Formats: sequence, structure tokens, C-alpha cells
Amino acid sequence: MALPGAAAALLARWRESDLWWSFRRSPVAVGAALVALLCIGGALLAPWIAPHDPFDLAGLDLSNAFKPPAWDAEGDPAFPLGTDGQGRDVLSAILYGARISLLVGLSATAFATLLGVLLGLVAGYAGGTADAVLMRIADVQLTFPSILVALLVNGVVQASLPRELHGALALYVVIFAIGISEWPKFARTVRGSTLVERNKEYVLAARVIGLGRARIMLTHVLPNVLGPVLVIATLNLGLAILAEATLSFLGVGVPPTQPSLGTLIRIGNDFLFSGEWWITIFPGAALVAMVLSVNLLGDWLRDALNPKLR
Amino acid sequence: MRDGADPAAPMLEVEDLAKHFDVSRPLLHRLLSGEGRRILRAVDGVSFAIPKGTTLSLVGESGCGKSTVARLVVGLYTPTRGRVRFAGHDLHEARADAAQRRRMQMIFQDPYASLNPRWRVRDIIAEPIRAFGLVKGRAAERERVAELLTHVGLSPLDGEKYPHEFSGGQRQRISIARALSSSPEFLVCDEPTSALDVSVQAQILNLMKALQRELGLTYLFISHNLAVVRQVSDRVGVMYLGRLVELAPAETLFTAPRHPYTRALLDAVPDLGMTGRQRVPVGGEVPSPIAPPPGCAFHPRCPLADARCRAERPALLPAGEAVVACHAVEEGRDGAARREPAGALAPDAA
Amino acid sequence: MAPPLLEVRDLRVEFPTRRGVLTALDGVSFAIEAGEVLGVVGESGAGKSMTGAAIIGLIEPPGRIAGGQILLEGRRIDDLPYERLRRIRGREIGAIFQDPLTTLNPLYTVGEQLEETMLTHLPIGREEARRRAVGWLERVGIPAAAQRIGSYPHEFSGGMRQRVVIALALCAEPKLVIADEPTTALDVSIQAQIIALLKGLTRERGTAVMLITHDMGVIAETADRVAVMYAGRIAEIGPVREVVKHPRHPYTAGLMASIPPLDRRVERLAQIEGAMPRLSEIPPGCAFHPRCPQAFDRCRRERPGLLDAGGTRAACWLHLDRAGRHA
Repeated sequence: MALPGAAAALLARWRESDLWWSFRRSPVAVGAALVALLCIGGALLAPWIAPHDPFDLAGLDLSNAFKPPAWDAEGDPAFPLGTDGQGRDVLSAILYGARISLLVGLSATAFATLLGVLLGLVAGYAGGTADAVLMRIADVQLTFPSILVALLVNGVVQASLPRELHGALALYVVIFAIGISEWPKFARTVRGSTLVERNKEYVLAARVIGLGRARIMLTHVLPNVLGPVLVIATLNLGLAILAEATLSFLGVGVPPTQPSLGTLIRIGNDFLFSGEWWITIFPGAALVAMVLSVNLLGDWLRDALNPKLR
Repeated sequence: MRDGADPAAPMLEVEDLAKHFDVSRPLLHRLLSGEGRRILRAVDGVSFAIPKGTTLSLVGESGCGKSTVARLVVGLYTPTRGRVRFAGHDLHEARADAAQRRRMQMIFQDPYASLNPRWRVRDIIAEPIRAFGLVKGRAAERERVAELLTHVGLSPLDGEKYPHEFSGGQRQRISIARALSSSPEFLVCDEPTSALDVSVQAQILNLMKALQRELGLTYLFISHNLAVVRQVSDRVGVMYLGRLVELAPAETLFTAPRHPYTRALLDAVPDLGMTGRQRVPVGGEVPSPIAPPPGCAFHPRCPLADARCRAERPALLPAGEAVVACHAVEEGRDGAARREPAGALAPDAA
Repeated sequence: MAPPLLEVRDLRVEFPTRRGVLTALDGVSFAIEAGEVLGVVGESGAGKSMTGAAIIGLIEPPGRIAGGQILLEGRRIDDLPYERLRRIRGREIGAIFQDPLTTLNPLYTVGEQLEETMLTHLPIGREEARRRAVGWLERVGIPAAAQRIGSYPHEFSGGMRQRVVIALALCAEPKLVIADEPTTALDVSIQAQIIALLKGLTRERGTAVMLITHDMGVIAETADRVAVMYAGRIAEIGPVREVVKHPRHPYTAGLMASIPPLDRRVERLAQIEGAMPRLSEIPPGCAFHPRCPQAFDRCRRERPGLLDAGGTRAACWLHLDRAGRHA
């Protein structure tokens, strides 16, 4: 299939770029990217590749409960990673769970990035009172562990919502809570870069023409402060997935009807000491693989974008 | 032209212009240490006029306020005191007036910081065109950008590239093309060649002079390099600690400098003619503009200083074709006539 | 015959990068005699600072010396282990850089830094070191030196800091000082003070100086000989008066002509068209030929070595005839 001209040109530019070059020379980055792709691919394609549908209650058979992984003597090849107490296939549950974890992680990071970049730009470019107020809020929030903030926000929002809406909105509340708990990192970085960029002469040139503040911020400053944001966002994706898992493990995260990896770990935790280790270990391993690969990618990105280390 | 604008008026008139920056420590620190406010008088009462089609240069050492004047003129700072009149209009009220802004542009010092690294050159040059809505349609805009690129000695194809693909001198050409894109009449040039190598500096100075002749531009030229200033200026103002100490036609200033500071600056320039002329270094350092010396700010470094210089600040007074702020010149004890012009070349260099 | 104080032979410095190896210095050879001031001029990227860095062993990785030799009083120093080189750097070669803050340690007083340097390199005790530290501050023109000895670098102004750096570079009594753009960050009036000081102190003690700068005026006033660099190579080298007044290499001639004169106004300055090539795009043959008004066929094919140009030596085929006659 021939690519459209613009896409082909973009691909050619990427293949020429320093980023691609440094990527190919870093075995860790390539490995992490493969693992991450595997996790993300598995999550996205869950409905098509999962051997069973864990939400299909009719398909559950209690006689299949507590089957160990397939390679065990008592295992069943139909359930590669075993089953849980209700006879649900662990592999399928992980694939579907990763979907939820990834959805929450990506959405929360996107929310935190958007909020943080916007507030950071405003604080850095406007300065004065706006800067002082925004940055003091960020400072106060940074003194608390972000999971505590997420817990608090989650609790307050849940309590203020009518009960009948809980099920429908729980997912969005978690995304909001995690997003809110992570924005100060973005805001501080963006503010710092903005303070540097706003005094550069290309910004002064735009001011001499008389362009408005918003236009200068968006067209001139923003594109030049996004480099570090990309790095933090990547690193933050792993943290957001972990935060969601933590909330779900504590039982305050996503609703039980949409189990994420954290929910699966919590459920499996009850069986850990009775010998059914696979119910919790495999979701845990999937979580580690996902978070670690994303983090290693973030680390590589940080080094690759740092001109000093090039 | 708008009502009230006098066509014979100078392009730019600056009157008693001042800019003070508050550089005080934070309030808590001041309360605890009993320290007062600290005011940096970056520019402290500067007046000059630039007739149409001519170049006025401001020279001085770092911290003398010359760049602050440039930024006040283009409206990057609001003045603490005084006024700027542009083509007969008071500028602080016309600041929001796009018609005035279009006629005034600026060229910056650092060719690596003055172009947005994420923009294509054609977009950089077209920015003022778009901001003022000067041409209609994409095709017309492209044509105008190509014309500007050719005008500053680049190729129209260069518009597709990004700034990092160009050398320092080429970037400065792009800067100039951007400044010219709104067809301004007046350019403020803040050290436009001091980040460039000499051979490239010559290219840029020649280009700027050619553009001035061709388009009838008026320049306010800021520089610390006296030799460069001599090449481009019609009139020259020498600044020291936020004030003008001497303002004269270029020829007069370089052949018969009056203020002791002007002379010291000229004497300090390394002698390329290799006449064996000994440079006479100016003693001492530039004092802090936060706590300038009383009287004439130059008196601690001045060989002619006396009691009056230490107590009373000199005003700018006419001295021949120049205006000079110096008691010694006013009292005739500067011995101007005995002095040889600075930097005279040995005969064999001519 | 005694070897020169410093001799650089056919020095080559390379930077391996993704798109191939860049040659930052290519066949650079020169010598500095004891007590001599050699000026090194060139435009940014010509390799003048790289030459200084190679001599003091401070080339930033991944750059490396890929060929040639550097000899100090006839001994090779380019292949020494880091520790040995570090001792030589303090004791025999002093360094002055453009930004005094990179040389001075902000956490120690200037007195401590001077004393430490002298104690490390000279056979003297602490008392003597202290006494000499005050002496050095006086010599470089710091007022009230005995009181300022306890001040930290940030308590000095830019010009005063550069004076302290000069004291620091000279206090171990090195035989050679490498001064890389020592006055570029300073105002004209301060520049003159610093150059006069550096010249006076080194002449007085017979210290040789390698003065790296882009300012031809400073070179004309200070140097005995001058090397003009272009695209990582020496274009011309010779006595300063000859190079400044009668340049033999078309690049030097163009460079000198493009300097705006202070004593008169010219309608159009002489300019060299184009710009110095990037390291990745150095043309074959003479690196200057695309900008050279006198280039001919051979310049495009074959790289000229330094040829005798009568008075100076220039890397230019125009001088082949004379060189041939003398050979």
C-alpha cells in the first residue's frame, strides 16, 4: 500500500531524525518499546484475542474454578494462565483489565498534561499575582504524596455525587482524581521553560509586532516548551497506571464491574495464601511489565532529548 | 497620515525618557534587614531626535542603558517618565495602534535566539505580514516572502528550511527580512552585528546601508563597537549610566570628541594601525546604576574632575556642533584643541 | 639547538558523530618560543579554542586527538595520563578563559584559591603562600588587596574577577599561559586594562602566551607573531606586523579588509562572500576556495600546505612559485 505523500515524508523525516538514531542504538529502549507495544496491543485487541469473555456471566462455569496455569499437571489448555474462584480465565481478565488500566492512565495523564501545561504557561508568561497564586497552590499540593491527593479528591467527589450516578461516573472520577494529583509537575516544568523562552528575542519580536499574549503563548512559547513535557508525560503514564492500580487495590478506584489490573490483584490477593498464587501474580506481572517498559521509554526519551548528553 | 502629524517632523523624538526598575529585595527581607527599596535607574532622562532617513547611534558600555532605550522606543517597556513621539504621534497613546506599529520594527542581537526554532523561515518572515493583514491570499504572501528573501541576499527556496540550517550571518539576514516584511520606515537595531564574525559583520552592515539608501529607512542603532558606529551613523550619542553625556554628528564625535568619557572610549579601542600608539586604559570600573556617584556620574574615573564635578550634575550644553554634559568642557578646561584624533593610521597603512 | 617551549606538530582532532567523523583540527603545526606572545585569530568555529583545549588536555569527549604531537620543551604531553597532565597544567601551563566564573571556585575565597594553587605547585609553606597571594592581588591591580584576600569571587566585578583569574594563572609561575578570549566578556575600557596587565606581567617574567581571540585589534597590539585559522587549519602564520599590514593569504587579506576602521567612514566595507563551512561540509582542496576571489583549478583539487610567502608562511597555492625558488 502506498502511503499518502505527507505521511511518507513524515516517516522519512523521522527515519532521518536524531531521535530514531538514538533509539536504534539503545537496546533498553528497543526492548522497552517492544514490551510496551505488546501490553498496549494486547489491551487494545482484547475483545478479539482474548480466549474468553470475562464479562459474559453465562459463559462461566464454577467447575472450572481455581484451575492452575496450563503448564501445571492439573492445568487446562483452555485457560493458559489458570482461572479464578468463579472460573474466569485469568489471561482474558488481564487483557481486559489492562484495557481499563491503560484507559485510565492515558486519560489521567492527558488531563494532567493539559491542565499543567496551560497553568504553567499562564503562570510563566503572565507572572505577578497569577504566577504567585498558581505556584503556591502547586507547592502546597506537592507537599502531599500524590496518591493521597488522588484518594482525597476521589472520596470528596464520590461523596458529593448522587448515589445512582456512582456506577456510571466512577471511571471518570478516578481519571479526574489522578489527573488533579499530577498537574503540578507539568505546571512547574512548563513555567520554568516559559520564563526562559519569554525573554528570548523571537518572543520580543512578536511583541514588537503587537501580537496578543494568548497568541504568543500558543504559537511561540508552547511549541518550544513541549520537549520536557513529553518526557514527563511518558514517565507520568507509568505513575498514573500505578496510581489507578493502587486506588483499585484499596477498593476505591474503578467499579468492580470494570475490573482493572489493580482490581484483579486485589481479588487474587485473597487467594494468595491458600495456594492459588496465579490469580494475583499474573496481573501483578502484567502491571510491572507495563509500568516498567513505559518508564524505561521515558528515561530514554529524557536522555535522547537532552542536548548535553548527546 | 493622521491629523496633527507634521510631515516635516523628525521620524522619532524622545524627550526626557526614563525607565526605573524596582530591584528591591522581597518585602520580608527588607523588613528584617531594615534595607530600603532599591531602584535601578537604567535610563534617566534621555532626549534626542532622529530626522527621517538618517541613523542615530547610541554607544556605551554594558549597563549604560542603551538597550533599554531601544526597548522603550519599540514599546517593549513602558517609560517611567518622558515621552516618545513617532512621526509626530505621541507613542504611549498610539501603542495599541497597529498603523504605527507596522511602521516600526526591530532587529535583535542574537541570531540564535531571535528566530523561533520550531518555525519555518517563510512563516517567520510572514508573521508581520499576517499580523497586519498586508497581503490577501497564500499565493501573494509567498510571493512577498520570496521577494524579501531575495532582497536580503537569500534564495526563495530558503523559506522552506528551519533556522538551525543557517549560519549566524544568514539568520541575521532572515531577521532583517522579517523586520522589512511590514514595509516599516523606522528600524531599531539592537547590537545587530555584535554576535557575528567580522567578515560576516561587514556583509550585514553593507546590507543595512544599502537597504537604508534604497528604502529611505531611519535607524536607531545600538552598539558598543565604536568602529561599527562610525560606519553607519549620521549622529552619535554616548551614554553613561543611563544618561547621554555627548551627542554630536558622527564626524565631529570621532574627530573632535569633547566629553572625557567619549575620549576615553576612543582611546581604549585597540589600534589596528600598529602605530605603536600606547592605549591609555580608563581607570576604574563602571559604577552600579543602583547607587550612581553624586554629581557627574563619570567623576570617579575622570582625569578632569574637580569639586564641582563631584557635587553638581552637568547638563547637556551646546559645545560647537555637539551637546556635551561636562563642567570641564563648559569651563574650557578640557584642552580639546590640543588633542590628536584617535586611531590615526600610520602613513604606510593608507 | 634547544627545542621551542611549545611545539605542535600536525595536530588532528576528530569528533565522531552519527553522520561520520568531523575533523575539527587538521594538520595544525606551530611553535611558541619562551617569552613570546603568539596570537591565534579566526572566526567562530575556526578551531582556535580547540587548539588551546588540545594543548591543555581539555577536549570534551567524544572529541579526541587523532594524530600529531604536542611537545612542551621537547617532551610529548599529548599522550600523558590524566593525572600527569593535570600537574603540568597547573605548574607549567596556566589557563585563562573568557568567563572568569568557570575558572574560579565560588565556594572558596580568592586568597584560598591562590594559596592552594601555589602550595600544590611550588615548594613553599603556607606563610609564604599567603604573603605571595597578597602580592599577586596587588600586582594585578586589586585595590586594598590585603582586605580583599578573604572575599569570594562573586564579591568582585567582572573586570576584577578577570584580574583574579590572571593572578591565579600566573601564581604558579608557569612557562606558558593559554589565554582563550580573555577580554571578550568585558567592556572596551576594561579590556584595555586587562590586556595591558597581561602583557606587562608576562613580559616581566618571560612567560610565553598563546592569546586566542577573534579581535584582530587585540592581537595587533599584543602579539609578536600571529596564526590565522580557518576551518580547522592554519591559513597563515608570521610576525604580527607582516600579517596585519601585508597579509599574504587571500583569507587574511579579506579578514583584515572587512574590519571597520575607526578613523574614517567608508561607504562600503570589503566583505568576504559566504560563510566559513561547517565541519561536516569542508570542501576538498583549499578549504577557502569557494569564497576566494583568486581561486584557480589547483585550489579546488589539492590542499596547500604552509608555503613560504616572503615574511609569512601561507597555506595558499599563489605562493608556490616563491616557495619553489627557496626550496
